[in-house]
Amino acid sequence: MTFIRLAGVGRTVALPDGNQLEILTDINLEIERGEHIAVVGRSGSGKSTLLNIIGLLDSPTTGVYELDGQPTDVFSARARARLRGATFGFVFQQFNLLPRRSATENVAAPLLYASGRQVWGRRAAAREMLERVGLGQRMDYLPERLSGGEQQRVAIARSMVRNPTVLLADEPTGALDVDTGSTVMDMLQHVVTEFGTTLVTITHDLSVAARADRQFRLDHGVLSGLSAADLPSVTAQRSGS
Amino acid sequence: MTTVVAILAEAWSEIRVHKLRVILSLVGVFLAVFGMTSIAAAGDIGRQLVAESSERSGGRPATVMVQAYPLFSGPDNEVISTAMREVVERYDIRWSSLVLDEEIIANFPGQSERVAVRSVDPAFGIMHRLLIEQGRWFTPADVQRYAPALVVSPSFLERLGGFDPNRPPTVRLGGDSPVLATVIGVLGADDFGSPFAYLVNDSDSGWTAGSNPYGQPPMLEMWVPPEQVDQVMAAVTGDLLLTLPGHDVFAQRADAGDQLAQLDLVLNYGVRGVGYFALLLGGVGVLNVGMVVVRQRIREIGVRRSFGATSGRVFLTILLESVCATAVAGALAIGCAIALVLNLPYEQILSVPIEDLPPFPLKAAVEGFLAATAVGALAGLIPAIVAVRAKVIDAIRY
Ligand SMILES: Nc1ncnc2c1ncn2[C@@H]1O[C@H](COP(=O)(O)OP(=O)(O)O)[C@@H](O)[C@H]1O
Ligand SMILES: [Mg+2]
Repeated sequence: MTFIRLAGVGRTVALPDGNQLEILTDINLEIERGEHIAVVGRSGSGKSTLLNIIGLLDSPTTGVYELDGQPTDVFSARARARLRGATFGFVFQQFNLLPRRSATENVAAPLLYASGRQVWGRRAAAREMLERVGLGQRMDYLPERLSGGEQQRVAIARSMVRNPTVLLADEPTGALDVDTGSTVMDMLQHVVTEFGTTLVTITHDLSVAARADRQFRLDHGVLSGLSAADLPSVTAQRSGS
Repeated sequence: MTTVVAILAEAWSEIRVHKLRVILSLVGVFLAVFGMTSIAAAGDIGRQLVAESSERSGGRPATVMVQAYPLFSGPDNEVISTAMREVVERYDIRWSSLVLDEEIIANFPGQSERVAVRSVDPAFGIMHRLLIEQGRWFTPADVQRYAPALVVSPSFLERLGGFDPNRPPTVRLGGDSPVLATVIGVLGADDFGSPFAYLVNDSDSGWTAGSNPYGQPPMLEMWVPPEQVDQVMAAVTGDLLLTLPGHDVFAQRADAGDQLAQLDLVLNYGVRGVGYFALLLGGVGVLNVGMVVVRQRIREIGVRRSFGATSGRVFLTILLESVCATAVAGALAIGCAIALVLNLPYEQILSVPIEDLPPFPLKAAVEGFLAATAVGALAGLIPAIVAVRAKVIDAIRY
């Protein structure tokens, strides 16, 4: 069942000099519930813009974006915000943890925007999620005292704490060394599989992309499929970690 | 309900994280609320104390004083007081007293001394809120006594040795044919070393045999509702002019109602004006820091947007941070103001005797708190708008 459907989606921005910059051109993409997909592409190819559109942080300028069969352009800003919080979890390249807030507080933060029961139970839920990503010993640490890999694991716990339908990961290993990145990806995939979450990973690392069910390439705003032959051996990657 | 809790939880966590900066920005608000509340409260308490004290000398609002002077001869106290008593009876004035100031010789043990005495009716004590330290004030029964009763000042009593209600001290008053007077009460107010005494007016006023150095005939004091002052003055003056031919009659207000109204004006508008101005300056400080903090937090706000924060929610959170912070500062300032104001040495500052210190004026506390909260809301408004307008995508892009 298609959960996310982009049809002819384009995104242009007006530049200060008056010209129009076309970031995304005629994107057609369908993602099923529970599927893991990866998008690779060079820096500046429009990957983040695509992810922001999917996550309702940005809107297409042309084309249709349907979420669970609903066209999204009819929603008010308020409805989009609520839908975003309830449907999507975000993991960023730069972790984007709230500074000077403990790991538990960071993971609990999204629940402040949830419903009554979740607001009250946010600390317990945060602790449980931190246990899941293997940070049971780091609950009260401030982000500044955690390593990069640990910070990204906190971010993963935070993105999953509201049990989103879709996890959007924008270069989750981009700021990590290869070994740490691979461990973090293992963790991410483990949690996402356990919850049956749909995963959209953006990366320029082909070995990260190889873990997904389907892969796409984004080149100058144009999306195309990627064949398995273009990817490194998945099995080799998995046995290596 | 839960949303409110969630917003407060978030706002509080922000304040905790930015502790030092928040505290520094609040110093201005704290000082302004502290100053404003202390001055307003101290002024209010001082006003009450001054009012009580001036009621002791001038009478309560509204006290009307009437005097009658003969135009062509020396005053005949008997004639004047009879006419005054008649007029009080005619208009059925409940609270009134004839007042006659005289000097007489008091024969203290070992020495004689000229002392001021004031003959009054028993109602005078209530009309002037006189404080009695020991013994009691006059009752109507004292009017019928054979030996005059006295209520004396502290240094008068000092010259007699002391006060024992079971064996009241006595003193001989008058030069040639002295009478023995009994001290029944002692005043609380300090007389600064010059003894004086109150005598109760008797029915025939035969015993004081005093001399009147100023040639002052008796005065009539009446305590009437303030709105009847003009009416009473006109009626009483008119009647006395008729019953006392050949006399000039004056009536005037004796209480301090007008001066107190002016003090109120200063307290209400002067202190408030300065206080709100200072608070405004404090608010500018809060606004300043709020702007700096909100710029540094654009990324964080973007992240919260990704959690599903609506514009309204972002706005409210930033606004509430500011309100929470200034409300806490305001509450602390009021606490300090209460501690200070209730411990000021009013007795020395105002040089009035104090019976009971009035309670801390609740109005000043509530007003200070509300003002602090309002300043927080005003100062939080602009940062909140900045936060809402921040572009989410730019905020989370590195
Ligand atoms: N609001 C914007 N205004 C101007 N240019 C933008 C804006 N958003 C994105 N871009 C440009 O569009 C291109 C794609 O950006 P982005 O989606 O972040 O790429 P990627 O994530 O693949 O590196 C970049 O060249 C970027 O500078
Ligand atoms: Mg990017």
